[in-house]
Amino acid sequence: MAYSKKVLDHYQNPRNVGSLDKSAPTVGTGVVGAPECGDVMKLQIQVEGDRIVDAKFKTFGCGSAIASSSLATEWIKGKTLDEALAIQNTQIVEELSLPPVKIHCSVLAEDAIKAAVNDYKSKQGGEAAK
Amino acid sequence: MKLPIYMDYQATTPCDPRVVEAMLPYFTQSFGNAASRNHRYGWEAEEAVEKAREQIAALIGANPKEIVFTSGSTESINLALKGAAEMYAEKGKHIITCQAEHKAVLDVCKHLEQQGFSVTYLQPDKSGRVSVEAVAAALRPDTILVALMWANNEVGTLNPIREIGALCKEKGVLLFTDATQAAGKVPVDVEADHVDMLCISGHKIYGPKGVGILYVRRKNPRVRLVAQMDGGGHERGMRSGTLNVPSIVGLGRACELARLEMPEESARTAALRDHLEKRLFTELDFVYLNGNREHRLPNNLNVSFAYVEGESLIMGFSDVAVSSGSACTSASLEPSHVLRSMAVGEDLAHSSIRFGIGRFTTREEVDFAATQVITAVKRLRELSPLYEMALEGIDPKTVNWQAHH
Repeated sequence: MAYSKKVLDHYQNPRNVGSLDKSAPTVGTGVVGAPECGDVMKLQIQVEGDRIVDAKFKTFGCGSAIASSSLATEWIKGKTLDEALAIQNTQIVEELSLPPVKIHCSVLAEDAIKAAVNDYKSKQGGEAAK
Repeated sequence: MKLPIYMDYQATTPCDPRVVEAMLPYFTQSFGNAASRNHRYGWEAEEAVEKAREQIAALIGANPKEIVFTSGSTESINLALKGAAEMYAEKGKHIITCQAEHKAVLDVCKHLEQQGFSVTYLQPDKSGRVSVEAVAAALRPDTILVALMWANNEVGTLNPIREIGALCKEKGVLLFTDATQAAGKVPVDVEADHVDMLCISGHKIYGPKGVGILYVRRKNPRVRLVAQMDGGGHERGMRSGTLNVPSIVGLGRACELARLEMPEESARTAALRDHLEKRLFTELDFVYLNGNREHRLPNNLNVSFAYVEGESLIMGFSDVAVSSGSACTSASLEPSHVLRSMAVGEDLAHSSIRFGIGRFTTREEVDFAATQVITAVKRLRELSPLYEMALEGIDPKTVNWQAHH
């Protein structure tokens, strides 16, 4: 299978790998996927006000899954929570030129962003976004 | 050292230069049709084919007359299973096989089910092995055929063919075995092992692609098959079509080399395989062997690197050519049916890599590959949320995951 240059770049030089303190009130953590499906993404955000000031990820999955989550952290850094929630998986597909069999990787990345934001909001006592 | 290093010898093998050398005259000089009885060109071709038949028969302890040339194992499997099922349908319509068989066997069995046959798909044990007791328990009065592979192409596990053969002989049931991976690697003797039909593929044993054989027993019992292709009645009426003389010559030479060099070669590849296995298991944690440590091919190593997904791992060592049992390497999005049948767990199936050692593999290559793999596993585990959990003492298996697909 041929990978796009951008997928290879993110795979070889993943951005924002790591973990934030999941117990911190300013950190939102999203873990999506399942090991038996072959991909698990953990995406974390550090929030100040309503802006994401830092993002980290760890992913178990194929190269496209790693690239999708790496790209997601890159995109959400500096965005407001609402802007982050507006990111669509189709934008990830387009940016990384993912083939049809890898679209689920982008869906997972979108889900990971939403899960992290929801986790943060629930920690703040707010209402979780859809 | 030529990069990428080829370590996928269960997928295919390069032609041995000695095989190519034997084949060459039959393309341009001795190009006759082996069925031409009226001139020297035909005689030369026929002579070459008969010599190859002897070389192949010698590898498996058969009579040369019992060798039917085909285009490879897939065709041999189709001919053996469909041909026997059609021939013996009046005797019974039950077939026994195993879930870990090659797709060629499983798909032919599915086809036969549509034709009204009943098929029992035995589940192998956790090492991929089928016991003679399991076969005995599945036998029915209407069982006509048992189809079980000698060596598994993914995990290298060897089935107890001799015991199963003795059982089948005693019960009057035909035994077909797919020896595509076993021939030339472990001793095969159709008489001592009581095998009635057996297939070999040229390209798995350093011969050319597109040629193979089906061994069909002529005595005790005489196996009869319904031909699956109509034509000139070549190969005792079982497989029509002008013989592919150069490839047949190549397959013959490949079998001769395999027979002569097997003891030394199997010992050498097993030592390299053991060296690779030792390095992977000592330099990494959470590594699991898929297969059977005792009953296995000398040149295969299938391991799961937990918490790392197979396809991303293969991307990580682009200088080593291997296969993964991960879903992501196939269009189906399902991990290897062999590992699933062994119930190794879907998570570990996604993390599996098959290493194949061969005639031309060197120790230097094995060490290079081991280092690349170990480095890639370590790097990807730094990225893996599951490895992080494992190190924190949380078994990812105990987590209630929200599966998406």
